[in-house]
Order: sequence, then C-alpha cells, then structure tokens
Amino acid sequence: MDSALALISGHFNYWMGIVLMMLGLYVAISRGNLIKKVIGLNLFQTSVFMLYISMGKVAGGTAPILTGKPDTVYSNPLPHVLILTAIVVGISTTALALALVVRIRESYGTIEEDEIAAIERKLEFPKDRPA
Amino acid sequence: MPEALTHHLPALQVVLTLIAAPLCALVGSRWAWSVATATSIVAFAIAIALFASVLDGTVISYHMGGWAPPLGIEYRIDILNGFVLLIVSGIAVLTLIYAQKSVAAEIASEKHGLFYAAFLLCLTGLMGVAITGDAFNVFVFLEISSLSAYALIATGADRDRRALTAAYNYLIMGTIGATFFVIGLGMLYMLTGTLNMADLAQRLFDHGDNRTLRTGFCFVLIGLTLKLAMFPLHLWLPDAYSRAPSAVTAFLSATATKVMVYVLLRFLFAVFSFSFAFEGSVLRVIVLPLAMIGIVVASVVAIFQDDLKRMLAYSSIAQIGYMLLGLALVSQTGVMASIVHLFNHAVTKAALFMAAGCFVLQAETTSIRELRGIGRDMPWTTAAFAIGGLSLIGVPLTVGFISKWYLVEAFIAEGWWPVALLIVGSSLLSFTYIWRVVEAVYLRDAPEGVVRKEAPLSMLAPMWALVGLSLYFGVDSSLTSAAASRAANALIGASNLFWQ
Repeated sequence: MDSALALISGHFNYWMGIVLMMLGLYVAISRGNLIKKVIGLNLFQTSVFMLYISMGKVAGGTAPILTGKPDTVYSNPLPHVLILTAIVVGISTTALALALVVRIRESYGTIEEDEIAAIERKLEFPKDRPA
Repeated sequence: MPEALTHHLPALQVVLTLIAAPLCALVGSRWAWSVATATSIVAFAIAIALFASVLDGTVISYHMGGWAPPLGIEYRIDILNGFVLLIVSGIAVLTLIYAQKSVAAEIASEKHGLFYAAFLLCLTGLMGVAITGDAFNVFVFLEISSLSAYALIATGADRDRRALTAAYNYLIMGTIGATFFVIGLGMLYMLTGTLNMADLAQRLFDHGDNRTLRTGFCFVLIGLTLKLAMFPLHLWLPDAYSRAPSAVTAFLSATATKVMVYVLLRFLFAVFSFSFAFEGSVLRVIVLPLAMIGIVVASVVAIFQDDLKRMLAYSSIAQIGYMLLGLALVSQTGVMASIVHLFNHAVTKAALFMAAGCFVLQAETTSIRELRGIGRDMPWTTAAFAIGGLSLIGVPLTVGFISKWYLVEAFIAEGWWPVALLIVGSSLLSFTYIWRVVEAVYLRDAPEGVVRKEAPLSMLAPMWALVGLSLYFGVDSSLTSAAASRAANALIGASNLFWQ
C-alpha cells in the first residue's frame, strides 16, 4: 500500500499528465462540436508540455540562471526550451483550427459534425441523381 | 561557386525558401508566382549540388550556427536524404510551373500571394524534415509543413466548400499524430538526454532494451504512421486529396507522405537500429499485415469511386502499403524496394493528379461519368493519364513495374510467397480501377453539347516531364536503383554496426 502511494505521489505530475492526455484525446475524438474538439486537442498538447517540463526538473535544483556559486544545482533548461517551441506550434495549430471553424460556420451555418455530414451527404447525392 | 557559399548549402536549402515565403505574401498576387518558382528552382539546384556531393558515400555534417553536435543542431545529409531532397524540390518546381494556370482558375486572385507563401512554407518544412539530423527539429519542420498543408488544402474551398472540413479533419488527426511523435521523443530524451539522431542511436544501444524505449518506439511509430496514412490511420487522406486545389494535391501526394516514409525509415533503421527484437516483431506482426490489408481494402474502395481524384487518393493509400511492406521486411532488398517505390510513386502520382487537374480546368469536373469521351477532346492529358495508370498497375517499361519487381524479389528471397502473390494479385485491382477510367474517357461517347479544349502548354509540359521520367526510369532504372541500393546499404549498414 505504501509503495503504491509512493508511486502515485512521487510521480504526481506524470500521473496528472497521463490523465490530461487521455481526457484530451477522448474529447478530441468523441465530441461532435468542432470547437470542443479543438479544446480537447489543446488539453492533449498541454499534457505533453507537462511531461517535458516535469522531466527537466532536478530535485533541489533552481532556475537555470548563473548564480556564480559553484555548488548550485540547476534544473535542466533544455526541455523547457523545447516546450517553448512546442507551445508556439500549439498556438499556431489552435489559431488555424479556429480560423477553419469560422470559415466552416460561414459556409455551413453550423459547427456540429453530424449536421455538417448531413449537408455534405445532400451535396454528394442530390435528389435528381439516384444515390 | 565560392567556398564560403558551398559550405553553407545545407542551411541555404531550407533558409532560402523560408525567407522567400513572406516575400511572396508581401509582393502580392501579381508577382508571387514568379518569386515562388524562382526560389524553388534555386532550391532544386542546391538539392542537385548536395546530392552530387553525397553520391559517392560521403556524409555532409553541417553545424547550425557553428554549435557542434550533439549539443547543437546538426544537418546531416547522406545519400538517402539527398535523394529525398531531390525528389521534394524537383516535384515542387514542376508543380509550381503547373500551378500558374491551374491556381489562377481554382483560387480567387487576391489570395495568390498568400497561397504561394504557404506553398513555399510547406516546401521548407518538407525539406527541413528531410535534411535535419536532430530529432526535435524533425517535429518543428513537420509542423511547419503540416500547418501550411492544412491552409493549402482549405484554399480548395473556392471550388468546393467541403475542402474546409477536409482541412479541419486533417488538422485534428495530423496534430494528434505529431503530438504522439513528440511524446515518443520525450521518452527517448528521458532515457538518453540527447536529441541528435546519431548520438541517440549510440546511447539507446548502450542502454539496451527496456520498457521506456519500447513505449517511445510505439509512440513514434504510431505518430509517423498516422502522418503517412497507413491503413487504418488513413481517414484524413481521401477527403484532403480530393478537395484540395489540383496543384496542391499533386504536390502533397508526391511529397508529404513520402517524406514521412523517409522519417519512418530513418527512425527505424538509424535511430532504433533494430538492436532489439521487439521492434522487428512489431513491424512483422502489426505493420506488415496492416500494409497488406491496406493494399487490398484501399484498392477495392478505389474501384467504386466516381470522383477521379478520390479514386487516386485511395490508390495512394494502397501504394503507401507497398512502401510499408518493403520496410517491414527489414532486409536490404526490402528497404531498397521501399526507397525505389518512394521515388517511382512520387513521379507517377504527381503526373496522375496533374492530369486530373487539367480535367478540372477544362471540363470543370472530376466525375468519371461526366468525363466520358474526353480522350478525343484532350488527347495529350488523357494519354498522360493512361501512361501514369499503367505505371500504377505495374506494367513493364514503366517505373511501377520496377518497384513491384524489387518488392516481389525481396519477399521471394525471404521465402514469403503469399505476400509476393498478394503484390502481384493486387495489380489486378489497380488494373480494374484504372480500366474504368480508360474505358470511360476513350471508348464512351462524350455527353451532348459539351465543348472541351486541350489543357494549356504550361500544364502539359510538367505533366509530360513526369510521365517521361516514369517511362525513362522504367526502361533504364540503373540510376534510381543504384541510389536506392546505396541508401539501403547505408541504413542497414548503420544498424548492422550496432548488431555486431
């Protein structure tokens, strides 16, 4: 029991990362609302940011800014820098996705996946042509 | 060329198109095409120079910003990615020449500046993925190319508003794929503390097999196979290819999935290096059967499509199956067959989608029913389509035959007769869907009162250049197969290094 607790509390941020990851993936796959899908995708990406930032943490380490003292322990700055890039990528993806949703709303009048699918089916099989 | 310039060619390969992209947007619609085409020609020239200097087996290692690897970002060019760079930039030049008339007809003129900017960004991303030797850099370039590809596909909305939903679905699935790839990289970084591919390979080997490595491998594999549309992760592809503007489809079908196949090859053989039985068994037990199912299912679905571009898109999924078959075999001939097919399919599919684009321009439809009898009105386009179709089937004297020959040979050498038979049998399925089109365009009468002219020369010329290539390398394949064989040797050799 103690070891199980230690496994959870010792890796708390990793466990939360996994929870967020699964939540995000589930929302992105299961929701029919295009905006909600984007939110799910964001959650999913954020969980990966957490995963990277957690692995850069060194126990007892401080922010990687030179202090001048030789015995200072620093956290690993590289994963943080990688995630800065990944955050930029995530923002661009979200912006592009939202821009597409705006255009979809303009031309379909809805952002519900099943309603869009119904409109597209009508487009593909108009009444004058046998399906 | 001055010494200082030749030394920086690897950086220029990517930087040039990256700088030209905003320039395209700034100069506006009138000059954007000229800027984009001129830049892509220079990029192609650089790719030729790089390929020529790595052909003898030398490896160019360029240190970005002067920081030595493994800490700095390294651009590493060997014969394999030199070959991929050549394919990507070459196809880009031909598509841009083709695009001028096609894009003018399909996209509103005020958007042309932005369109060509996105096109160059996509080219930058694809070349960056191919050229870099840094695993995280692959992800960044991957996202540059993917984001611009989503935007490019969405520009098809001027002709068909369903391009918007296609781009949106591709965005969701593509981002999930790229994120899986990053999770995998995170696992590998946790294990080794490095992101340089060569360094990564060495340290992974020193660590030996463990669960983090296996998890990382699976994440990378799933992420990449989603991006390259392996069955059953292909759902984004048919919509995206059939609704994008014709020039975009021609470019993406020939380059985007091919570059992903290259990344998969690089990771499987040069990073994970098959020192662990787990990876080989995942490929043989999961990837190989899925590739086989994909070939059959996608080909059968292609037979029942009325939309020409959609039919070609499903055929693309089947063709990707052939590439995966070759690499899942994990043998020198198998990998070589994959690389040869990578080139051959890029040339063939670009030509076929260009022909479909010519039909869109002149007949304003891609419905096979409505295209009947067009062989008499547009003889050159239709003939190009027919020859490209023969190459898809794998008829001798076309490149399709060469790749199927190597693939069958690789499987027979391993004694896997059923797979070899499936490869031959699946040609019958390709024959069926190509014949449906050929029969409609040549043997049926045109619908009443329809006037169709031949496509303009600027679209016919790049299309026939590709058809010419697919015939030339179908007769004399010594150049492509020598390059592919050396690339396969280098890859397998790199993993053998760790075996011993």
